[in-house]
Amino acid sequence: MIATYSDLKDKVILVTGAARGIGKSIALALAAQGAHVVFNYRGDEAKAAALKEELEQAGGKATGLKFDVTDYEAMTKALDEFTKNVAPISGLVNNAGISKDTLLLRLKPEEISSIIDTNLKGSMMVTQALSRNFLRAENVSIVNMSSIVGLMGNASQAAYAASKAGLIGFSKSVAKELASRNVRCNVICPGFIQTEMTDALNEKAKEEYSKQIPLARFGSTEEVASLTCFLLSKASGYMTGEVIKMDGGLYI
Amino acid sequence: MELQEKVIKLVAEATKMDAANISLNTSFVDDLNLDSLDMVELMMKMEDTFGVEIPEDETENLKSIGDVVTYIKTKSH
Repeated sequence: MIATYSDLKDKVILVTGAARGIGKSIALALAAQGAHVVFNYRGDEAKAAALKEELEQAGGKATGLKFDVTDYEAMTKALDEFTKNVAPISGLVNNAGISKDTLLLRLKPEEISSIIDTNLKGSMMVTQALSRNFLRAENVSIVNMSSIVGLMGNASQAAYAASKAGLIGFSKSVAKELASRNVRCNVICPGFIQTEMTDALNEKAKEEYSKQIPLARFGSTEEVASLTCFLLSKASGYMTGEVIKMDGGLYI
Repeated sequence: MELQEKVIKLVAEATKMDAANISLNTSFVDDLNLDSLDMVELMMKMEDTFGVEIPEDETENLKSIGDVVTYIKTKSH
């Protein structure tokens, strides 16, 4: 169940990592609100075209831009072209992320780099690349997808947790730096959400995890999308620098 | 209107100051109390108005109204 926010209609919002999981639900929810969803894709033109069509069918406008969040040059070029020639972007969801579970003692430097580069540096660079545009746009809202793991830590996820915790410090700084320009920046920390990432867990592991969750179930991507819509809308206009857990009570 | 007047008018509007109190010697930081974000925004307005590009690292050298007028003059020729 996702509330309708009238100000999201025609709002131009970039969602990174919209191909699947939480990002896809967010893109679809925004399209259903009539927003103009901008998404990035890395190379698969056919998949990008299919996503564009799906978003348009959901009721929104959609534009796919070809760039990887770790490629600053390509990203800046694509975003500059879009914001100059099409429209300023007034919403950003930094959602692209990767995870690789490894014990600290087996964690390789290149694995740390790839996780930090995508999850933390990628989000920072997209936000940076759009910051001039944000000064021209109105009612800008940025939503950064962290993780409950960024708050509570998790065995085998040292690098992932570090990248997600880093996003929180980054978001609070952006919130302070741009508040005078009415640019807001908030963070969502999802807990266990039903996605391909968690589908890969075996049944027993899922049961074990569910036992630790007071609401005794995994969350849905739609529930995260619902909060994201709220944070992008003026309905949350007095919130910035906030970190919101959505974890069924896991980290109380 | 001369370039100098146009720049002063734009700065006066952006900072809500009286144009009569702004001259070529007026400093953005010392006299107008602009912070770095104000400067970026002001330079973006200059870019839009005068059709020149003012790169980020150039902004640091533009300390007074006169500096900006000179910069725009050299770039628009």
